[in-house]
Amino acid sequence: MEADLGLLTASGGGGGASSGGSASGSISMLSKEDNRGLTSEESSSYADESGLELGLGLSLRGGGGRGGGRCKSAVWGPYARILTAKDLPSMGLKSSSDHKSPSSLSSSSSSSSSSMTKANFSSGTKRAADSGVSQVVGWPPIRAYRMNSLVNQSKSPPRDELHSTFERSKTKNEVIDLTNSGCNKNCNNVERKGQPKTSLFVKVNMDGFPIGRKVDLSAHACYETLAKTLEDMFCKATTTIGARGSGMEEHDVMAEAIGSSKLLDGSSEFVLTYEDKDGDWMLVGDVPWGMFLNSAKRLRIMRTSEAKGLGPRFQQRD
Amino acid sequence: MSHFPEEILEQIFSYITHRRDRNALSLVSKTWYDLDRRTRHSVSIGNCYALSPARSIERFPNVRSLTLKGKPQLVDIVNWVPRNWGGSVDPWVVALARDCPDLRELRLKRMLVSEPSLLLISTSFPDLRSLGLIGCHGFSADGLSAITAKCRFLEHLDLQKSVVGNDSGQWLSSFPENFTSLVSLNFGSLKGAVNVDDLMSLVARCPNLKNLRLNKAVPLPTLPQILLRAPQLVELGIDPRAQHIDPESHNRLYEAIRKCKSIQSLSLSGVLPISLCCQVHLSAIFPKLISLDIISFIEVRILGFINLLKHCHKLQRLRIVDLIGDEGLLVVSSTCKDLRDLRIVPTYSNPPVNRYVTEEGIVAISKGCPLLESFQVFCHQITNAALITVSKNCPGITCFRLCLHQRQDPDHVTLQPLDEGFGAIVQSCEGLQRLSLSGLLTDQAFLYIGMYAENLETLSTTSAGDSDRAMLYVLNGCRNLRKLEIHSCCFGDNALLANLERYETLRFLWMQLCEVTLGGCKFLAKKMPLLNVEIIHGRDRDQGDYPDDTMKIRTLYVYRTLNGPRADAPNFVWTL
Repeated sequence: MEADLGLLTASGGGGGASSGGSASGSISMLSKEDNRGLTSEESSSYADESGLELGLGLSLRGGGGRGGGRCKSAVWGPYARILTAKDLPSMGLKSSSDHKSPSSLSSSSSSSSSSMTKANFSSGTKRAADSGVSQVVGWPPIRAYRMNSLVNQSKSPPRDELHSTFERSKTKNEVIDLTNSGCNKNCNNVERKGQPKTSLFVKVNMDGFPIGRKVDLSAHACYETLAKTLEDMFCKATTTIGARGSGMEEHDVMAEAIGSSKLLDGSSEFVLTYEDKDGDWMLVGDVPWGMFLNSAKRLRIMRTSEAKGLGPRFQQRD
Repeated sequence: MSHFPEEILEQIFSYITHRRDRNALSLVSKTWYDLDRRTRHSVSIGNCYALSPARSIERFPNVRSLTLKGKPQLVDIVNWVPRNWGGSVDPWVVALARDCPDLRELRLKRMLVSEPSLLLISTSFPDLRSLGLIGCHGFSADGLSAITAKCRFLEHLDLQKSVVGNDSGQWLSSFPENFTSLVSLNFGSLKGAVNVDDLMSLVARCPNLKNLRLNKAVPLPTLPQILLRAPQLVELGIDPRAQHIDPESHNRLYEAIRKCKSIQSLSLSGVLPISLCCQVHLSAIFPKLISLDIISFIEVRILGFINLLKHCHKLQRLRIVDLIGDEGLLVVSSTCKDLRDLRIVPTYSNPPVNRYVTEEGIVAISKGCPLLESFQVFCHQITNAALITVSKNCPGITCFRLCLHQRQDPDHVTLQPLDEGFGAIVQSCEGLQRLSLSGLLTDQAFLYIGMYAENLETLSTTSAGDSDRAMLYVLNGCRNLRKLEIHSCCFGDNALLANLERYETLRFLWMQLCEVTLGGCKFLAKKMPLLNVEIIHGRDRDQGDYPDDTMKIRTLYVYRTLNGPRADAPNFVWTL
């Protein structure tokens, strides 16, 4: 199976030998184009993750891969991506930067069925959040298709890291609308520039819950839907976990009608933050969506009191 | 007075150094203004966008020490300001390089420092003694190498909280062999690993080294050797991160610290096991300390550590995790009678630890440490009675920041809002300059602040107040207010627009996630041309899709400026 993965990535990435090392080589090339400045440890973990991700199409085994949904594998893509991510206790991927690199693939996203696939992804995400532990059912391998999609991706030369986020956000041409009238109609207006869309999973942790979740950032086109997804994810989990007085808060959040998300507008006890490339925690919602996608490594739903606390503060797991 | 010869005035002025006094001097007459202009050597500019570099150098041509601040200071755990917001120092460095070659000290806080700027700094100021890059980013270790290699007389290099790209420690190795002038070196927040041999040789050949703060990449076993080469150290900061907790190397570390006879300030971060043998050394070190920072997770024997605090008789400044709880604070209050500055920082751990600070500990501190000036506490519960007691016991408080675990908690005994408690603080502590509110607060609290907090300069509040009147009480009342930070309160356009002229006396106003609308901000911008009204709302300027005027703004940053809208605002910052 490993050899299979190696082969796939090698041919897709256009170079290298047949082992996992090649996977890291090819994928780090792709990630350099995105200029994330991955360190070696990050790229190797990414290699694991991406190797498995690509292997998803090949293997019919449930635990075989991580979310690898290229957009054209839309119908089963969401299921594969999300459900198998949850079914991977053995992967032990602790690094929070796992899903940084897939964004290099997601940033080069497809044009045609984007709105359809986005709808699929969103629904897929929601359904996965609900179902949680269902097994992956086998589906036909789509290896040839994936090879094509990988080969088609352009490889631009690495750019200076300091200017990368600006250039990328300017070339994205995304229209983002954060009005209360809802994000749905504008999600469909998002244009992508002729490159296949892939998943961008990031970990989400909420203060007070020992169990973290994962969410696919590329399945959303604006902050509203992301925040709502997160609220759903954690609200439904709260009934089982009696946090320190926060159960009431989640209930209120849950009862909120469609409209601006409480996480985004500062009215809930919690605030949504993300860790960016430099390891700092930033508030979600300030920068344009494209920039956010490129720099978010993981999310955290933090208590506002702690966010506005008296830093620096010590985190044991650092 | 007008017949005083200038030479004598100059002599007198040379004794007056504080910038507020100097500002007052310069307003007396044209002669005095001119004299102050020519003799002002130390200039501090709190907002680098408030005026242009050319203008400030024209005003103070003989500046030798310049402090510049860029981004607004709201960095707590979370960066409330997006990373690429701005704060570029480039135009300043260009102007300084051209006109002020005698510059001795440059301190940049929260600014974007590009690589070319750093290179320009290294070549333009041959007499540079002190460089501070605090909370800065945008440069790499190669730029730093240029600084260390070329600034022959560098005494202070302060890199705290900065982010350095491509850091493999080469900057430290670039100090020349004959470089011996270092007095203070702080690279605690850097991520790259320096060459340990170079570090040891640097420390050994700088006899004046007084302040050394190392980052976590310096391996634990080498720390004792480094310290043995600098027995004259006065301030030390280390961040020992050992993969395996090795009691022997910790023991040797504390032994080495003990050998630094003059040590007065110690800062320990990281995971810090305090084994029994270490305690022997620490109990010898602690009595000498004036300043102690323990922002770390004390793994075992928390009570043993609390006992160690009994040795800190001379302590004036303490930063500690709330893990020590009320018992720890009791020990501190009975031991550290000279305490001026206390900061209690939250511990985050998973699973959560059940030790934290409550109002009992806070009251104990106030009773035991009446000289307290700066009190910054993260606690789980508080009562009005406790706050009133604190205000009575410690009237000298100038900085009071309270952060409750649950953002809008009332007094946990009476379930009343905390208005009376904070009211007592502002009334009793007449010198209060900085205040951060927390807990359930109504308009009444703001009324008290407006009425009594005459010296207040910085006010920071989250989710407080019931109506626009609260903001107006503060804007109309606090004469000396300079910085106002408001996060997710219910204040809207009425509050924003009621007292427009006030904003020209503030350094800045920051409102995030409140109820101000785009229309209100546009009105403000139109009426007050000397203000920059900047908005961050998660979308680019270039996108054609402009929202309508009733849209609520996420982040509003208003500051006074003589320079007009800034040219380097990124796309997601709109200047109205």
